[in-house]
Amino acid sequence: MLLPPVASSIGPAIDRLFYLILAVTGFFFILVEGALVWFVIHYRQRPGRTAAYVHGNTVAEIIWTAIPAVILIWLTFASQRVWATIHGHIPANAAEVEILAEQFAWNIRYPGPDGRFETADDVTTINQLHLALNHPTVIWLKSKDVIHSFFVPAFRIKQDAVPGRGGQIWVKPTRPGQYEIACAELCGLGHYRMRGFITVEPWDQLQQWLKETKANE
Amino acid sequence: MSKLFSTDHKVIGLQFLFTALAMLAFGGLLAMLLRWQLGWPGAPLPFMERFAPEGMPGGIMVPEYYNMLFTMHGSVMIFLAIIPLLVGTFGNYLIPLKIGAGDMAFPRLNMLSYWMYPVAAAVICAGFFVQGGAASSGWTAYPPLSTTLGAGQVCWIVGVLILGFSSIFGAVNYITTIVNCRAPGMTFHRMPLTIWALLTTAILTLLATPVLASTLILLLCDNTLGTSFFLPAGLVMDGVMRPNSGGQVLLWQHLFWFYSHPAVYIMILPAMGIISDILPVFARKPIFGYSAIAYASLAIGGLGFLVWAHHMFQSGMNPVLGTSFMVSTMIIAVPSAIKTFNWLGTLWRGTIRLTTPMLHALAFVGMFVIGGLSGIFMASTPVDMYIHDTYFIVGHLHYVLFGGSLFGIFGGITFWFPKMFGRMMNDRLGQWHFWLTLIFFNGIMFPMFNLGMAGMQRRIYDYTQYAHLAHLGPLNRMMSVSAFLLGLTQLLFVANFFWSLRRGPKAGDNPWESTTLEWTTASPPPHGNFATTPTVYCGPYEYSVPGMARDFRPQTQQGSDPVGH
Repeated sequence: MLLPPVASSIGPAIDRLFYLILAVTGFFFILVEGALVWFVIHYRQRPGRTAAYVHGNTVAEIIWTAIPAVILIWLTFASQRVWATIHGHIPANAAEVEILAEQFAWNIRYPGPDGRFETADDVTTINQLHLALNHPTVIWLKSKDVIHSFFVPAFRIKQDAVPGRGGQIWVKPTRPGQYEIACAELCGLGHYRMRGFITVEPWDQLQQWLKETKANE
Repeated sequence: MSKLFSTDHKVIGLQFLFTALAMLAFGGLLAMLLRWQLGWPGAPLPFMERFAPEGMPGGIMVPEYYNMLFTMHGSVMIFLAIIPLLVGTFGNYLIPLKIGAGDMAFPRLNMLSYWMYPVAAAVICAGFFVQGGAASSGWTAYPPLSTTLGAGQVCWIVGVLILGFSSIFGAVNYITTIVNCRAPGMTFHRMPLTIWALLTTAILTLLATPVLASTLILLLCDNTLGTSFFLPAGLVMDGVMRPNSGGQVLLWQHLFWFYSHPAVYIMILPAMGIISDILPVFARKPIFGYSAIAYASLAIGGLGFLVWAHHMFQSGMNPVLGTSFMVSTMIIAVPSAIKTFNWLGTLWRGTIRLTTPMLHALAFVGMFVIGGLSGIFMASTPVDMYIHDTYFIVGHLHYVLFGGSLFGIFGGITFWFPKMFGRMMNDRLGQWHFWLTLIFFNGIMFPMFNLGMAGMQRRIYDYTQYAHLAHLGPLNRMMSVSAFLLGLTQLLFVANFFWSLRRGPKAGDNPWESTTLEWTTASPPPHGNFATTPTVYCGPYEYSVPGMARDFRPQTQQGSDPVGH
């Protein structure tokens, strides 16, 4: 059972990093556990055998210090490249949406035709987030009460909504469909059911949905 | 009474042992209740209504109670079981015996440090009996949530605060004793690695715990006096605007993890020391790379203060800060790797005796490797964005704290039981307990990585609410069955422990043919430990020395030191 299907532009890079680390740690896992089991069997106490009188080996120490250090630094650089994409410049053409988290719901607000929040043409929904396919959207997170964390497993994104401080994350969905928002930070008795729904659809359909939602408000 | 309020470090060590084992059992029972809910969400457990009429009406668990259970499971295990077992029990019992001292430097302070511990345990657990129930904001107690929960949360804060003082008193005592009370000839480089580990741990405790204490006091003020250290303006709780202003939510996380990440090393370093002492005894071989292991402990201790914010990669702190903490977190894996390779080096070309303590020590190496390697995933900031606050983290931490710390503790108890009580434990029963524990432990903890990869968040009462988690029922049920069997298996340990206490064969002074000072005195050692102060002539791991009649050379045996320290 490996990672579930991915549906955002950043997701594949995160998955590749995950599998890279899985390969590296998997190699060392097999090496160490294999050596452990082999030594226990091969060097078990038997009549006539005596243990070697050895206190250590400086060359060995240098080798098994340097190799892990080099690999870990390499993984750091590989990770930083992806991290810089996630938290680097928000794409210039990004659409905007504001999510105010509260115990235990996601209040979603679109800026409307004027492109500005807190104006009369804002479109608001609860727990229903529609995003444009293949178009970046920046999500401004706020919280009304305690810390919540905006987690979309299919997008591989997670960002805390910190009271008094907010949070931001941008995403470019790459597959149309229905996805779930989960709260990932313990926020009280209803934490487990603080669930939201994402619909990824083409730009035109999204605009249509916004119009209909505004009309029904 | 004189026995109860003793200043003898051995009595205090055993008091820590018995109290902490009771807390370990309690924490385990809480875990099994959690696993019941996760295995069969909403299924009734009728007998529980008698114990928790509000938490489990009709035997069906309510979400608030689930939150209390995981909060208290974490708090009990970390603060009241693992730390008191590793630091309180082995620190007190072993430090004077292993360095050739008659007792601790400050015996009365030592007694006080023990007696604050049951008081703290009582205060923390009292939360279950107050209005609104026990603390339910996780063992991490993040505000603002932790300022909204009432009396149980206040019990938790006060209890952990009391326990912090107990730790600080203990740490002062350990450092002073190790620096000042070593027997003649016991240079720093002839100290057993358990002592190096406990010294590093004590330094960490002394530097980090006061920060936790201050932080808890601030949270207590926010909870009870209406201050706003962690509470910003504009919070609306239950439809009511809170009057607070000016506080910083993330301040708590920085201060809390500034203590609690070093605390992770407080919970693993002594276990690393213990198994570094056990492996050479049963491989009949000197420890491989003594200095490397000792200095790796110090390196982990130092670096341990520079990694705290890796718990906060997704908190919204500056991503550049995330990068710097990713670097330090990756680097701290290096000293752990060094230790692991040196343990393997110790086994290499040894003559391995598979006793119960040795099996636990070997399992420590095997399981700690999984814990350590799985940590690299979350050190990588982008991967952490996906797995943070999922079961991947829960799996990782249990491989370190159960697979590592608890196997180290079982190894330590079975290894020093003959010294503590003068009798041997039953080896066959011990082996059964070991193998079943190893199997069921992996049966519950390894699938946690799969749950995390599937995106299952931690701390959720009912994962079946989510469509993307609905298929995880069978796996969760298998884990729950493993958890119950793991709990049942511990009865073997309890039976062995108490049976051996009264009926075990007499141990003699040195049943394992070991070299260190505690094995040169009687089992159990008399008050004052040694008839005459021992003199130390060589390092602690002189096994299979060529040309000697026996395959081990006690540290007190006269002659030149082959390593030349």
